[in-house]
Amino acid sequence: MSAFLLILTIVLLVIVVLQISKAAELARVLKGDSDYEESNGNLALITTVVGFVILVASLWSIFTYKDRFLPVPASEQGVWIQSMINWTMFFTCAVYIITQILLFWFVYKYKFSSKRRAFWYPDNGALELAWTVVPAIVLTVLVILGIQKWFKVFSETPTDAIVVDVTAQQFKWTLRYPGNDNVLGARDFSLTNSNNELGVNWNDKNSHDDFFADDMVIPVNTPVLVKISALDVLHNVNLVHFRVKMDAVPGIPTKMWFRPTITTDSMRLILNNPEFEYELNCSELCGSGHYNMRKVIKVVSLDEYKKWARTQSLENAFYTKNVQPELAASTAQTDTTSSSKEAAITTATN
Amino acid sequence: MAEVISKEHLAHDVHHAPHEEHHHVETFINKYIFTTDHKMIARQFLFTGIFWAIIGGLFSVLFRVQLGWPDATFPVLEKLFGNWFNDGKLDPNAYYMLVTMHGTIMVFFVLTAGLSGTFANFLIPLQIGARDMASGFINMLSYWFFFLSSLVMFASLFVPTGAASGGWTIYPPLSALPQATPGSGTGMTLWLISMALFIGSTLMGGLNYITTVLNLRTRGMDLFKMPLTVWALFFTAIIGLLSFPVLLSGAVLLIFDRSLGTSFFLSDIYIGGKALGYSGGSPILFQHLFWFLGHPEVYIVILPAMGMVSEILATHSRKPIFGYKAMIFSILGITILGFIVWAHHMFMSGLNPFAGSVFTLFTLLIAVPSAVKVFNWLTTLWRGNIHLNSASLFAIGFVSVFISGGVTGIWLGNATIDIQLHDTYFVVAHFHIVMGIAAFFGMFAGVYHWFPKMFGRFMNETMGYIHFFVTFLGSYVIFWPMHYLGMSGVPRRYYSFKEFAAFSQYDDLNKVISAAAIVVFITQLVFVANFIYSIYKGRKMTSDNLNPWNSNTLEWTTPVEPGHGNWPGALPTVYRWPYDYSKNTTGPDFTPQTVPLTEQEIKELESHA
Repeated sequence: MSAFLLILTIVLLVIVVLQISKAAELARVLKGDSDYEESNGNLALITTVVGFVILVASLWSIFTYKDRFLPVPASEQGVWIQSMINWTMFFTCAVYIITQILLFWFVYKYKFSSKRRAFWYPDNGALELAWTVVPAIVLTVLVILGIQKWFKVFSETPTDAIVVDVTAQQFKWTLRYPGNDNVLGARDFSLTNSNNELGVNWNDKNSHDDFFADDMVIPVNTPVLVKISALDVLHNVNLVHFRVKMDAVPGIPTKMWFRPTITTDSMRLILNNPEFEYELNCSELCGSGHYNMRKVIKVVSLDEYKKWARTQSLENAFYTKNVQPELAASTAQTDTTSSSKEAAITTATN
Repeated sequence: MAEVISKEHLAHDVHHAPHEEHHHVETFINKYIFTTDHKMIARQFLFTGIFWAIIGGLFSVLFRVQLGWPDATFPVLEKLFGNWFNDGKLDPNAYYMLVTMHGTIMVFFVLTAGLSGTFANFLIPLQIGARDMASGFINMLSYWFFFLSSLVMFASLFVPTGAASGGWTIYPPLSALPQATPGSGTGMTLWLISMALFIGSTLMGGLNYITTVLNLRTRGMDLFKMPLTVWALFFTAIIGLLSFPVLLSGAVLLIFDRSLGTSFFLSDIYIGGKALGYSGGSPILFQHLFWFLGHPEVYIVILPAMGMVSEILATHSRKPIFGYKAMIFSILGITILGFIVWAHHMFMSGLNPFAGSVFTLFTLLIAVPSAVKVFNWLTTLWRGNIHLNSASLFAIGFVSVFISGGVTGIWLGNATIDIQLHDTYFVVAHFHIVMGIAAFFGMFAGVYHWFPKMFGRFMNETMGYIHFFVTFLGSYVIFWPMHYLGMSGVPRRYYSFKEFAAFSQYDDLNKVISAAAIVVFITQLVFVANFIYSIYKGRKMTSDNLNPWNSNTLEWTTPVEPGHGNWPGALPTVYRWPYDYSKNTTGPDFTPQTVPLTEQEIKELESHA
């Protein structure tokens, strides 16, 4: 019933508009051309007013909503991107304002008049050259600035970078840290199974002090290298407050690095919001749970980070805590051959 | 130069002149269904396009309901749409299906087939003075391939696992693995079949448009005497012909991956607790193949609109289009550059940073020919004598939204800024304004302007004004705030923002956007009502007023409802370009293309040479 009513309302609404318009059209035809110039003028006035209302509202609303925009960039990379945005904002706003004003001003100023004839003006080489060259120069500036900053963002990772291995799958993130040796254990897709989804090679000694973390803890003012991979479909590691992101592609590892500049605590003070957390989200459609892939990022001082990482690596290393005990258990039960031992390693619970 | 009459043209005319005499028997089937008349095929494209636009628009309303009122339930929608709305709330899988189908339908079925299919068919022969397309039969096939493709896509909506839901870009592995999302089952298979048929349709159409423009121009119609609509449609056809086959190759390889177990796009996949055997493929390869069409596709969508807007602005402001040749070369520039910018959609895919810099350069370069076009349109209006009606209002609206959406292209085309804004609502705002709204405005302008030629009647102007002003304002209300969402980092393709503190601050704006979307959608129904009503009851175009807009182009020299063959007698001869508006200081303020040059004009031409 309600569905029927909804459709009926819409249909009736359209019919009402149709009927009114029929009457208006009839009136127009009856009046003939006598007041064409006047009604055309009114239409020009309305169009221009609407055009200027849109122009003013579109600009004014920027100031209304700008407090909700992303806060100050929380990384060095973000600062470069922000400066690029500022330059582009300046030029594009200027073009937007000037052209919209001209457009709607012309519509009113040059509305139809029976006393006048349009100006025959098919061409002007100099003028056209000018508005080819001037945009070309402005764009050259933007391209040069943009490419410079782009190469800065994607420059070689500094050697003192700490490493986080981020693996995406439907619909969660797995964060793996390299532990005290600062080297991640090798991964091999052929070792992947439900007990070892990342396919970590536990025979690689580098993996023995690696640990998994719930939150992404990273140090401030230190380069952070994020190694990215995906298990099933495309995902995208988006660190929105740091203004960086990178796709996670099954079969093709990707990476990005950035240097966080504001700790979580400082950002809480800046925003005057004690609950604030940096968030990691997925920015590439990955299925029905795409909108739910959240991780918290904690930016702490380098000392805090080192302390945390050392403790985690000693107390929470996945190999020593989970893989090794299981190996020991299976060794104790039977006199294992080396091959079944390897099988046990690879199937160690994740 | 205008007096030169090529022998081919003469022969062509002689061959066709007796056309009227050997009239073939017209039955309902060969007149309205399996017709080879380009005008009827144009109408078929238009009707099918309008049907799809209603579906595509309705889908956007449905998912905007979810985004605007995420906590409310709508039992009424469950009654209407069944299990898409379980318990009156949109299901996440259905949400992604609606988003995917909205994109697919709007980009391909409405703005490619409905816009360029309609007007290329209708205007090319009429404006260059041809009896019909080069091959009426292939032209007919082009429509029927599109029809079949439409049937398959429509059928996919009723598949139990749902239609395709991996986004209109159907990136694998999501689109390749039925385990990844239910829509990647039968729904995706049908999507791929439908697109293969659609590409066939586009290629047949495009070949015809190109051949017709190059070979069937009437006596005197040099390339540089063609209206800008024809130029735009000509380049559109070339773009389609060169880029759609690449999408077909991507689609075929994806079909292989899905059904034959090949690994073109898949590698090292672990899903649903199982490691799959695919090895060595690259999901990025698919993105290259997709965007090699996908980016030129936006020009396929916007160029016909630009062409029509140029024509309509000149006609209704009673002024020659400013910088005719610059307009043609800017279309050419956009066409060429459009082919070498595709990877700007892939800046964040792990692309080599060097490639990112090259694609930034070419992408921003496109702003130059686009700026030239905008300035030329503005100068066309300057000191004009502007008649405002539904057609010219939509053309003016086009220029406004093209600027608004175009300037943000300079943001997103810059790889550095794209790092922050990639896949946010800023992108949604940008492409909807510049290629969605703008292309629709061009299409509306075209429909209002050429309706009398299509159906022999006028559309209702009052409804046209309502349609224009609500749509114009409403489009800005819908899409402008999306820039702000994007600047706040809100990602696109999110079913709900609740999980993230950073994204959940826009409940208020999302409601406004959704409400505006509903109003604008209903206003489009007013347009459809006006369209259908006017076909039967609109004010008639009479044979003493064959040229209602006082236009210079050839289509207005045909009878009220031209038969198959367009001109009852000989084809018209063209002597001048189509933009001699207000050239005379006395008499009518237009000089049709069929009016011979005056002695003074010939002298002027000679002195220039």
